[in-house]
Amino acid sequence: MSKKSGFLSSSIGKKFLMGLTGLFLISFLVIHVTLNSFIFFNDGGATFNAGADFMAHNPIIRILEIGLFAGLLLHIFQALVLTLENRKARPIGYAVVKGSANSSWYSRSMGILGSLLLLFLVVHLSNFWVPTKVAVFNHTAHDTFAGMKAVFSQWYFVAIYLVGVISLLYHLLHGFQSSFQSLGLNHKKYTPLIKALGMWFSIIVCLLFAAMPVTMFLGIIK
Amino acid sequence: MSHGNMNLTLKVWKQKNKDSKGRFETYDAKGISPDMSFLEMFDVVNEQLISSGKEPIAFDHDCREGICGMCSMYINGRPHGPKGGITTCQLHMRSFNNGDTIVVEPWRGAAFPVIKDLAVDRSSFDRIMSAGGFVSVNTGNAKDANNILIPKDDADTAFDAAACIGCGACVAACKNSSAMLFVSAKVSQLSLLPQGKVEKQDRVLNMVKQMDEEGFGNCTNTGACEAECPKSISLENIARMNREYLGASFTQNKK
Repeated sequence: MSKKSGFLSSSIGKKFLMGLTGLFLISFLVIHVTLNSFIFFNDGGATFNAGADFMAHNPIIRILEIGLFAGLLLHIFQALVLTLENRKARPIGYAVVKGSANSSWYSRSMGILGSLLLLFLVVHLSNFWVPTKVAVFNHTAHDTFAGMKAVFSQWYFVAIYLVGVISLLYHLLHGFQSSFQSLGLNHKKYTPLIKALGMWFSIIVCLLFAAMPVTMFLGIIK
Repeated sequence: MSHGNMNLTLKVWKQKNKDSKGRFETYDAKGISPDMSFLEMFDVVNEQLISSGKEPIAFDHDCREGICGMCSMYINGRPHGPKGGITTCQLHMRSFNNGDTIVVEPWRGAAFPVIKDLAVDRSSFDRIMSAGGFVSVNTGNAKDANNILIPKDDADTAFDAAACIGCGACVAACKNSSAMLFVSAKVSQLSLLPQGKVEKQDRVLNMVKQMDEEGFGNCTNTGACEAECPKSISLENIARMNREYLGASFTQNKK
């Protein structure tokens, strides 16, 4: 046990946990975007609501949800610890930094992008997660699709969601492939595949997410 | 190709010692030949400062052929200046234009305290090496050459990692002042070879422990280190160290 805590308190161990929780959160995105894409059947939300109802009541999903929040909190906590340590590692900064010469802006901005995502999550959970929980707690039926339509009929929510999705896109563009490197997985043959997969995954998932508020706002999805 | 001599403005970090507060000072560098190296330009400026009774600018330098790693200068926002794959002594003034203002800063990092002006204390790297960057050999007769067979690929990969000159540009370039590229190159160059393999678990655990104790930051995989490394050390070394560290942490058969 002491050996394990030693690993997790090391710089490499902390990054390992960051990558592991990151990939876990990515696996959740796959489920989330798949289920939400049911709205594109454009059947008045019948398929989507059936899926949402399953997710809200299935006991296995309920247990996994606890794991999801634990993973999210761990990811945020580690990010804070790492950021504070990194600040301490350079007490006096440079007057001139030409970061664009050696790295992408989003790889250097994971903390800011993550903070934007956290702010977005507060809005997002209060829009959808809280009403669903209240309904489950009160044993009342909940029309999640109607809730979506109500939220996405307001332009400012559409704007907030688009900012959230763009933050997610850039967070994923770096995070997906970076997590593999942190786990020690780098290979001449597979790393280019992981990088390509990460790029396409980020773009496709974010396009699908962005399409949801936009199509609802424009009345394409009824 | 001669551009004719150049006149430049230098903004250089001046700091008396480790404990004092530094500031930028502006110098004129006049009649600089485009064929000079960046360090020779500093020599000219220092000669002028000395002859006019002023204090010269302190900077580290030694071999002036790109293999010692001493010439730590953060030039216009990049370690070793605007060109890739070179040290400061290999940077020529033809990379700049007449009338340019050049900002020169020391490496920045808690683990690299400024000694004076542009010279920084990189003994944190030495302490990481002392923690495990070696192969234990019993003294005695020298073994016959080539009695341990090494696959060509392993030898080449180890040699690529061993090209690291310990200059610290990776730390200087990293937004977190992480030393992962340096430490991973040193871990890799030894653990890839049969002589180094036998001690690889202790080595990676001890070197990473020392790295963390020295106050370097954490790796965010931005890749800035690899891009700025004068010897183009690969990020693959960092991944190798990550998995060796993981393996050693959980399987080392001690205590």
